[in-house]
Amino acid sequence: MTVKIKEWPGTALSSRDIEEGRVLTVRHKLRAEYEWDAGVAIGRYLRELKNGRLIARRCGGCERTLLPPRMFCEECFTPTSEWVYVGATGTVNTFSICYVRWDVVRLKEPLLPAVITVDGASPGMGILHLLGEVRPDDIRVGMRVQAVWKSPDEREGAITDIKYWKPIQGG
Amino acid sequence: MPERVAIVGVGYSDIRSITPGLSYKEMMYEAAVRAYEDAGVNPRKDVDSFISVSEDFWEGTSIFDEYIPDQLGAALRPVHTVSGDGIHGLACAAMLIHTGRARVVVVEGHSKHSDMRTPAHIHNFAYDPIYHRPLGAHPHHLAGLEMTRFLFESGNTREHCALVVKKNMANALLNPRAVYGARVSLRDVLEAPPTFSPLGELDIARPADGGFVMVLAGESVAGDLAGDPIWIAGYGWCTETPAIDSRLWGEAIYAQLAAKQAYRMAGITDPFRELDFAEVDDSFSYKELEHLEALGICRHGEAGGWLEDGLTLPGGDFPVNVSGGSLGGGHLLEATGLHRVHEVVLQLRGQAGENQLPDVERGLAQSWRNLPTTTGCVVILERA
Repeated sequence: MTVKIKEWPGTALSSRDIEEGRVLTVRHKLRAEYEWDAGVAIGRYLRELKNGRLIARRCGGCERTLLPPRMFCEECFTPTSEWVYVGATGTVNTFSICYVRWDVVRLKEPLLPAVITVDGASPGMGILHLLGEVRPDDIRVGMRVQAVWKSPDEREGAITDIKYWKPIQGG
Repeated sequence: MPERVAIVGVGYSDIRSITPGLSYKEMMYEAAVRAYEDAGVNPRKDVDSFISVSEDFWEGTSIFDEYIPDQLGAALRPVHTVSGDGIHGLACAAMLIHTGRARVVVVEGHSKHSDMRTPAHIHNFAYDPIYHRPLGAHPHHLAGLEMTRFLFESGNTREHCALVVKKNMANALLNPRAVYGARVSLRDVLEAPPTFSPLGELDIARPADGGFVMVLAGESVAGDLAGDPIWIAGYGWCTETPAIDSRLWGEAIYAQLAAKQAYRMAGITDPFRELDFAEVDDSFSYKELEHLEALGICRHGEAGGWLEDGLTLPGGDFPVNVSGGSLGGGHLLEATGLHRVHEVVLQLRGQAGENQLPDVERGLAQSWRNLPTTTGCVVILERA
């Protein structure tokens, strides 16, 4: 309350007022369903994840190795020229320790998203994924990590075919 | 007097009912490569600004414009989105050049309709949530309401609308970019299953995937580029009202007012005599007739009779949608306006193949943002 107002005017709504229909509400649940075509580049990327491999595209112009792969180079604006496999190891470029879930629930075990520059891809190119088997306090920029894959029969051609990336011992 | 602006390059990605092999990025790249080759520009050096028209709900990704730079050669360059029809984007590009802020501007629009599993539900989301959606009708019911009132007021007939379908689907047969070409009879259209009556199944343009990229340049640089310039003589856009309960149901006043702006800019006082042909929105069959009347090309109530007399056929005095329109060429969401513009550009360049009209100097492209909108755009294009 403030100096001037001892009691807020009006009647507050409670969730029960809405649930029990005491106030007028309109509900609309949007059925927005999509099936995005992955395309040539990302389609192959996902198929190779199912095979337990990371694949990139090389640009013949700037000679960069683009990961995730694309069929055109955004710098040269030319078609990329060849498929190349890159390693499933890399270096932490940046990370965040997330103690709050998207629905604002506090987490004791934080989620550990990180951008990883992948060995064999051009500098600054790699993958946004999760870290695991690591204490949050031990994570550093520049830390060496490797992919931990799901077993072949669990893989389905999705970014989650990699469970997470863990530190390379002695790396 | 602001600098004149020309479309100096056009490109499209192949229009198909579905495009499972390509992502929207790969599709846009295909259109962009063709447009830049046509204009003789390198997007990494020669383009000052890029505009995309897109609507997040159609794409299934919010803030969608953030995903467009790479495939347009626009990374690290000025980019923005116009959430509207392709001709809104085109007008915006022309204005950027008029102001002197840019000399060469790129406009992009596309449809990846086949990515949507529940397009009618997504379309319904554009309707008023409190007093319209709860009635539970499919979004196309508004077109049925509009058609009833338009026919009642104008005196055009159900048969005239069927003739539009017949004409545009036949025109599409000669256009390699059109996907729904067919030879249908008046009876085929009239006896097709009713949908949102008076609309039948064949009166509604079917969706397709595809996209366009266009390069615009000011007069001071257009001559140095490789593209065959087609000049923008005038443009306009207008929105009536969202009020379903009180809008004008019997005429497309938004198109009339948009055209008025474009005609004034182009110095046109008698559109029928001063234009050679038009590509107008035909998302639903009756819309072609309604738009033709609103554009002042014929008088209110005359459009159906004109078609009956053959005036708007490819060989007539004023050909309309010789490309096949959206009924024959597929509806491309926010790229629909650029679809119309693309066909006008090809006609004026003499590159329309089997659909080519003889001796055309000046044409009009018009778009409508589809249901439930009352928004339309008009652009006048000319050879010299």
